[in-house]
Amino acid sequence: MPSIAPDAFDRTAHEHAAALRAGEYTARALAEATLARVRAQEDALHAYITLTDDLALAQADAADARLRAGEGGPLTGVPVAVKDLLSTKGVRTTAGSRMLEPFVPVIDCTVVERLNAAGAVTIGKSNLDEFAMGSSTEHSAFGATRNPWDLERVPGGSSGGSAATVAARGVPFSLGTDTGGSIRQPAALCGVLGLKPTYGRVSRWGVVAFASSLDQVGPFGRDAQDTADLLQAVAGRDPLDSTTADVPVPDFQERFGRGFDGLRVGVPAEFFGDGLDDAVRQPVEAAIDAMEVQGATIVRGVTLPTARAALPVYYIIAPSEASANLARYDGVKYGFSVTDGRSAEDEMSRTRGLGFGAEVKRRVMLGTYALSAGYYDAYYLKAQKVRTLIRREFDAAFEQCDVIASPTSPNVAFRLDEKLDDPFAMYLNDLYTIPANIAGNPGISVPCGFADGLPVGLQLMGRPFEESTILGAAHAYGQVTDWHRQAPPALG
Amino acid sequence: MALTTDEVRHIARLARIALTDEEVERYREQLSGILDHFQVLNEIDTADVPPSAQSFEQHNVDRPDAVAASLPPEAVLLNAPRSEDGYLRVRAVLE
Repeated sequence: MPSIAPDAFDRTAHEHAAALRAGEYTARALAEATLARVRAQEDALHAYITLTDDLALAQADAADARLRAGEGGPLTGVPVAVKDLLSTKGVRTTAGSRMLEPFVPVIDCTVVERLNAAGAVTIGKSNLDEFAMGSSTEHSAFGATRNPWDLERVPGGSSGGSAATVAARGVPFSLGTDTGGSIRQPAALCGVLGLKPTYGRVSRWGVVAFASSLDQVGPFGRDAQDTADLLQAVAGRDPLDSTTADVPVPDFQERFGRGFDGLRVGVPAEFFGDGLDDAVRQPVEAAIDAMEVQGATIVRGVTLPTARAALPVYYIIAPSEASANLARYDGVKYGFSVTDGRSAEDEMSRTRGLGFGAEVKRRVMLGTYALSAGYYDAYYLKAQKVRTLIRREFDAAFEQCDVIASPTSPNVAFRLDEKLDDPFAMYLNDLYTIPANIAGNPGISVPCGFADGLPVGLQLMGRPFEESTILGAAHAYGQVTDWHRQAPPALG
Repeated sequence: MALTTDEVRHIARLARIALTDEEVERYREQLSGILDHFQVLNEIDTADVPPSAQSFEQHNVDRPDAVAASLPPEAVLLNAPRSEDGYLRVRAVLE
């Protein structure tokens, strides 16, 4: 069997799948070569918390058996990385936190179970901001991930490891989670595609919970087809997660090949105002012009006046829900534990004081305050009412257009440490991604150019459960531009 | 919206997070600054607007009340810092 040529790592997952079916190489050879490549990149990149060699090789052998029998689908034998927020049976799952450093789940989460059933080969558990709270992956207890386009810069976050390893041609695709932009923003900063599905589209069972009214699992890829294939594998109702919607899962590639004809693209002025770097504005506007040239109808009158309030709404709702979800880390059932305290409460408080990092403590405190007696109405209830207004505005906007286009992030990748001491400056990175989480709509970030040599992302948001529409637009855009094919410099 | 040191200590107590004095002061400053940014919500009229607990209202999702497999006790206790005779071990809550 011929070995894996270095340029094979530029291949997409569907190209690997075709090569595997054609017998060009085996899943075993691909897994071994991928593990070696990813390991060689780790000193520079630190995209992973745990590499899963034994699991990957066992899964590759099983995939080879299926392929020899003429079975398997688009994921069979193809390497994938999963964010270390997703429970993996028998494989340490840390959530990027000292609190869960020793935690070994006894179950696979539903999405990992579905990946396994599809025959994917799990290479490792990717790095993240602790409990998915952050926009730079610097809040990982296991050290920051670097951006492959510039190792002095952050990859975005919280799913920074999943984005960086796809951009660096470590694996062709990966899974992340998106509560306020944690898939789309790192996708933009690393120059890959990243999709947040509609709230309720993908099961969260077995995913370490952050903010339960917002969290969604979704794919990173280097083209629209891979992004669609990975979403296809994990989407759909799960009896174990009652928030998954009982709606049919379409073929997510059903709109591929239709171009932009008849597509109405809304461009809300609110997403192009103060706070947007001009270096980012230019390629995003050029992308909108390109869609128009290709036949899309640009609708400039679309307006989302309350979208500016989505950021404060998010930073009330998400920390409030986090303060409740993270109450489970008490040092009793699993994880880090202080066992020499004066009392049960002393042990619990010191466990949480030492086990949680600075950003997690900040958000749990913020949420505890927003939910506390005397403040609930002013903060949490008010935020929930404004969420209703934002949802209504999206519904109204989507009567005028089929997708809404905006920048994904107001800026390109920033330097490590640049925003660590100013929490609100870090929060502003999510300015354009948060509205879709608050409203529940799907959104995708697509590479649309560069500013000062760093990738820029175009965000396309769709109606609830219309991932096919934004994937179709992303596919059409990828047919007429090649931003998504640009690779960062080779690592060491 | 300036929080006091006592308020920060109260919140930390409610959240069961032991903080150092330096942390209390840092969070007092940072949380006060973040709360200031929330004031823009007061400019939005939400009279007669119902709250949304999540984006697509789903209520009372039922499932059949059927017996199904559950984890064995040894699996549940596998990650417990302290366990004994098939039970989680905790410090006495009542002295």
